[in-house]
Amino acid sequence: MNEAEPALGVVVGHAAMAEGLVQATQRITGGLAECLAPLSNDGKTPDQLKSELEGMVADSRSVVFVDLQSGSCGMAALACCRDSVRRVVVSGVNLPMLLDFVFNRELPFEELVPRLLESGRASIASMPATE
Amino acid sequence: MSIVLFRIDERLIHGQVVIGWGHQLRPDRYAVVDDDLAGSAWEQDLYRLGAGTADVVFATTEDARGRLPEWRDDPLRTILLTRDVTTMWRLGAGGMLAGDRVNLGGLHHGPGRRELLTYLHLTAADEDHLVKLAAEGVEVSAHDLPDAHRVPLETLLEG
Repeated sequence: MNEAEPALGVVVGHAAMAEGLVQATQRITGGLAECLAPLSNDGKTPDQLKSELEGMVADSRSVVFVDLQSGSCGMAALACCRDSVRRVVVSGVNLPMLLDFVFNRELPFEELVPRLLESGRASIASMPATE
Repeated sequence: MSIVLFRIDERLIHGQVVIGWGHQLRPDRYAVVDDDLAGSAWEQDLYRLGAGTADVVFATTEDARGRLPEWRDDPLRTILLTRDVTTMWRLGAGGMLAGDRVNLGGLHHGPGRRELLTYLHLTAADEDHLVKLAAEGVEVSAHDLPDAHRVPLETLLEG
């Protein structure tokens, strides 16, 4: 397994979603989730949101999780990360994805990002299965 | 009648517009009127990500004034967006939007803006421009989502 600088995770979401997801991750993993920070778009202009996100990410190797690829959260994340190889955006954030992140954030992006996408997708299922 | 919504919202193409309004109005196209974005290919690409299957066109204010008749006559259902009041006012100057309804969506807190609703903060210049639009026959109201309460401009400015 290749190792890299442990990544910071910032969850950007509508209303209280980011806070809730980070709290839920903390509830399950305890102190490991200190690498995650929430950011809400509530009451913020696009420029304010992007500026706050820039401040949180700063110089860290970072994964910016967003709820919707489109919209103010996704736009702020994409604008913030577009010129840096040390930042990546992952949309469609869910709890299994964040749990996987806190345990594997030292992986290089080329290994970390595909497994985050897979863990997020793999958790979506119906019970009973429809197929 | 093919411009199904005129909206001022600093976030332009985002969840409330695409999902909230889009689900009800079923737009085929978003026309984004903005002098800066009309010249920024990378930002246009970001906004297109959020538009789903709908087409997205970007135009300067001047270009949009010329294209309004075409968009009105086109069978494609268009949501026209600006991200500030001044652009909508410039678009409508001279009665170009007379008889239309302009929807005030999200304009958030910032220097010199006063809060009229939780999602609506206007400068004195914004208020002046909206009053002028209304005087030209435009029905201006705040209405963030289709099922929310619509607040007419005159009620907003009484507060």
